[in-house]
Amino acid sequence: MAEKGFTEEKVRVGDTELQILKVGTGKPLLVLHGELGFPGLLKWHTALAAKRTLHIPLHPGYGKTEPASWIMNIRDLGNFYSRFIREQKLTPTDVIGFSLGGWLAAEMATANSAQFKKMVLVGAAGLRPPSGEIADMFTVTARGYLNANVHDHQNTPEFLSLFGGEQTPLQYEEWEEARAETARIAWQPYMFTQSMEHLLANISGLPTLLVWGKQDGVVPLSVGEAYKKHIEGAKLVTFDKCGHMPEIEHSAEFIKEVESFLG
Amino acid sequence: MHIMWFTERAYHHVPEEEVLKRRSFFGVPNTFFDASKGAVLLNQYLDEKIYTDELGFDGVMLNEHHGTPFCMGAVMDVEAAVLARATKRVKIVLLGNPIPTVANPLRLAEELAMIDLISGGRLVPGWVRGAGSEQLANNANPAYNREYFDEAHDLIIAAWTRPGPFRWEGKHFHYRFVNPWVLPLQKPHPPMWIPGLISPETVKWCAAHKYPYVALATMLGPTLEMWEMYTAEAARHGYQAGPENFGYLQPIFVHETEEQADALGKNFLFGGGFANFARPEWMFPPGYNSKEATRRLASLYSNPNLPGKTLIPQHLHSMKDIAAIKKAVYDNYDNAKESLQIITGTPKSVIPKLRKVLEVLRPGIFSFWLDGPAPQADRMTCLKLLGTEVMPAVREIGKELGLTDPFEVAPGSRPLPATGRPDRVGSPAALQAL
Repeated sequence: MAEKGFTEEKVRVGDTELQILKVGTGKPLLVLHGELGFPGLLKWHTALAAKRTLHIPLHPGYGKTEPASWIMNIRDLGNFYSRFIREQKLTPTDVIGFSLGGWLAAEMATANSAQFKKMVLVGAAGLRPPSGEIADMFTVTARGYLNANVHDHQNTPEFLSLFGGEQTPLQYEEWEEARAETARIAWQPYMFTQSMEHLLANISGLPTLLVWGKQDGVVPLSVGEAYKKHIEGAKLVTFDKCGHMPEIEHSAEFIKEVESFLG
Repeated sequence: MHIMWFTERAYHHVPEEEVLKRRSFFGVPNTFFDASKGAVLLNQYLDEKIYTDELGFDGVMLNEHHGTPFCMGAVMDVEAAVLARATKRVKIVLLGNPIPTVANPLRLAEELAMIDLISGGRLVPGWVRGAGSEQLANNANPAYNREYFDEAHDLIIAAWTRPGPFRWEGKHFHYRFVNPWVLPLQKPHPPMWIPGLISPETVKWCAAHKYPYVALATMLGPTLEMWEMYTAEAARHGYQAGPENFGYLQPIFVHETEEQADALGKNFLFGGGFANFARPEWMFPPGYNSKEATRRLASLYSNPNLPGKTLIPQHLHSMKDIAAIKKAVYDNYDNAKESLQIITGTPKSVIPKLRKVLEVLRPGIFSFWLDGPAPQADRMTCLKLLGTEVMPAVREIGKELGLTDPFEVAPGSRPLPATGRPDRVGSPAALQAL
């Protein structure tokens, strides 16, 4: 099924045919999706697409791109994407990563922060929470996990339009694929890299925006605060009455913050 | 025919409501476990198995589960080690060790070799992927379950058969010094049987390896279909499957009177029974199912909370009324008996029913299964009647039907017919006649 509102491309990266969604015009923005796969066209995509070209690769194993059996952890996946942006001549690019995708961006930045111009991490996993725990998606159903992603479902129209109603067989299949691939790369330690706290010191001269919901029930705000502490010059923006998906739960403020940061 | 006896080593002192309200045995908090009661039960279960040896059973079958009152045998090799010494004749059949959840397969190879030696070569090991919940209980990545299974299997066989020391650099397991000193008594290694719930992938894998496949109390129709799949796959590997390639586990409850047997049989549905083992999110952790299996589930169930065969009707899943759920579970008892999923009666009345199952599936390996929170005296009565009255009759039926076991005919040793087309092992006609 084609993703509504996007053009689709296939790009060969090594042995993998990487599926890319694109929307917009202008400077590139690399968008790294989270652990439940790519959710579909959202308001923030449309808003940012006015000035930028969003490059949204669908991670290997998350449905449309076939799994790559050699990718067994987030660092492998990060190196895969470093090759992709280099070969596509996107380097250095702006990047925005959500949840597991934020962890992925942070890993790439610790390895080589010069591959990015600016980095936005939204509810990013990747660090052991100084307090609280990262909610475990592997002991609940996909639907149960999704519900934990948003603080106030009824007042989040984009959540209801994307995930409301009866689960379809296609959704079941896509979510199961996403959960399986997430298990392959993030089973343990769950959703963080033990050494991340130390490696973040390698990030230098990379403007970084951290966006968090104060009521994030998946990756606690303490992780955002820890990223701010360890990434030189990072700015943390938080939204009240907001869970793990500020991009849909507080989309207007989210768009404003991200646009103003990226310039 | 190889005749065995099996029981989960359940902890029955958990209130049934605690299981029903969670829709699952797995996940009941272990604050309900009383170690002094557990100690009594574990020893009773061992006594029963030792008694099977005296009764002349061919095998005792063990399994393992983790984190559940459904089965206290979390490390069945410990029980197998006790039985290796305490029994004299009976085969110790482990169906099976959940090798993807064992972080150190080399240690497992060593444990099993010791059991084989202590028992004088009576060990029959078997391997399973482990239920979904076992992956969670052991923190074994379910997305690599199949890869762990294949590699651990190969490593264990290598550890038993390849002269050491050698190095093992696999995808998931790495050893710089494989040289287990204690090797199995049976050469080149003990015979291996594989139990399962008729997953096509496993059935084909067994046929390719010439391993007997033991179906765990599955419905007769689908089981027969899997026999056909095994037989076709066996033919592709150049051999004719026979009864020695197949086994079946049969829930059965025998007592002096029909009423007493029924009272025993109903216990089998305690807490929703076998099918209420774990909730879907624990039965199907991420990546545990193949893509094909996920697709099958997706087409069957748009609601992820409801896949899987269950004795708790779907519309009751959201209900809070435990009494209604309990009633629905026990109302299903007669259906389960009718389809021979549960057999109850006196020795005289169960034998013809067993004959029907044997005529349909024609297995060379057959295990009786007794479970449920029954008084120990009743369990022992059942076991005694099975051993003294039912088993001899089943043996005769086995002889009459030509149900050869893997010790009589080596699995995979039968040549294909000259046509190259394999003969059926089970009997669809007998199934039709039921």
